[in-house]
Order: sequence, then structure tokens, then C-alpha cells
Amino acid sequence: MSESVRGVVVSHAAVAEALVRAVAVIAGQSDALVAVSNEGCDTAALVARIGAAVGSEPAVLFIDLPGGSCLTSALRLAHDRPDLAVVTGVNLAMLLEFVFHRDLPPIEAARRAAEAGGRAIEARGT
Amino acid sequence: MSIALCRVDDRLIHGQVVVGWGQPLHCGLIALVDDEVRRSEWEQDLYRMGVPSHIEVVFASVDEAVEQFAAWESDPRVAMMLMGDLDTARALCERCPSMRRLNIGGIHHRVGRTERLRYVYLSDGEVATLRAIAARGVTVTAQDVPTAPPVPLEDFT
Repeated sequence: MSESVRGVVVSHAAVAEALVRAVAVIAGQSDALVAVSNEGCDTAALVARIGAAVGSEPAVLFIDLPGGSCLTSALRLAHDRPDLAVVTGVNLAMLLEFVFHRDLPPIEAARRAAEAGGRAIEARGT
Repeated sequence: MSIALCRVDDRLIHGQVVVGWGQPLHCGLIALVDDEVRRSEWEQDLYRMGVPSHIEVVFASVDEAVEQFAAWESDPRVAMMLMGDLDTARALCERCPSMRRLNIGGIHHRVGRTERLRYVYLSDGEVATLRAIAARGVTVTAQDVPTAPPVPLEDFT
């Protein structure tokens, strides 16, 4: 088995922190994910904050919105790091999928998580 | 239609701009004025990602913005002009006399800056720049989102 990939959840306000806490409660995994908030950051500071959370190991970056400062900062960091993959529209379902498949290469773990997250979204009602 | 918002925000295009301001203003045009971004296709692609397809984004250098300012003002769509720093804002205020209002939306912590508001950190030199802009008759206020009250320059410098 290859080394486990870390997940870094990047969001506005405290969304990331809440998602990471919820994953720990549901899955019992507390070391697979790290939360990063964009609060108080300009672009350079947010890139540095995400970089500190990622470190030098392979990782998947989970971003809240498919645009905006969290995504652009993550993509700046991932630009010359092929060991990083980025997924947008983070939700709890995709993180729960990810934490149990961290032995995959980052891009495969990212695709698998994105598919699970997409499947979790549906509208019900009459 | 005039330019509804001339904003200094070191994050340029981000959620607060596109959603927080763009939706209530029914914005149809964003003019991003930044010499560095203007030179980089890759940077422009990054910023475009955060913008829905019904909003056009144009990237301009300061010189190009001076030439285009009147056209943006008369564009039938609601326009927002974004600048990433105060030097850009001062240059535009000096060269575009019809720019009468400046919104400070987000200038974050860096070495040499001190906190003036939760989302505004300024060095003494930057405070002087803002006062010079105001001395030209430009109304300078800080306001991160439209639901917050605008803070006059004298209340945060």
C-alpha cells in the first residue's frame, strides 16, 4: 500500500473546520484531514496558509466554491506541484469517501471523492 | 449606466465581490484593473473561474483602464471596477476625474500595516495615499459587503 494521502479542506469562514470535525465524528478519523480558513488573508497569505497545511507530501485540496479566493489560492499552490489534486464543491459525502481511500494517488483519490460528492446531491420533494 | 462600484480589494475577484456585491447590483461587467494580472493569461483564467457566464470580465492595465473608463461608465450593463492596491486606485483617481467614489473592500495584514478595521490593514504611507485620494474630492469609504454600513475614511484612518 502506498503512503496515505492527506486531505486539506479550504473554505470561507469556519466551513472547513466544521466539515473536518463532522468527519471525525462520523468516521472516527481525525488525522486524515486538515482545515484551512481564508479569514483575514489576502491571496499571498492564503497560499502560504494552505502550503503550510499541505507540507511537502502528496495531498488532495478540497475547496468550498468552484471559484474565488480559496480555489485560486489552491491552484496557485498546485500549479507546479503534480502531487497535489484539487476538488471543488466540498461536501461531507466526498470527504467520507476520501478518508477511506487515501492509499490512491492524489488525482485518483480526488476523482473518486468528487464522484461521491456529486452523487450525494439530489433534490427531493413534490 | 455608471460604474456602480470602484473597489480596492487585494483578493480582486472572489466570492464577496461576485456574490455579495454582484448579485444585488445585478452586475453584468467586471473591469479588473491590475498591470500584473493584465500580463498573465494564466492569472486571468484563474480569476475568470469565479465568475458566472452572464458577467463579462475585462482585464486592463492602468493605462488601458484610463482609456476605457468612459466606455465602462456608459455601458448599459451595471459595471464594477476592481483594483488590488492603493497605488492603482490613486493612479486611476488622478487620471479619471469622473471617478468620484472609492470603496475599500479588503486590504489584509502585511508587515508594516496595522489594523484599522477587521478587513482593512494600512501602513502610514497607505493612509496618506487614501487621504490624498480624498483630497481630490473622491468619497472614500470602507465597506466589505453591501449589507454593512459604509465607514467614512476619517473613521478608520
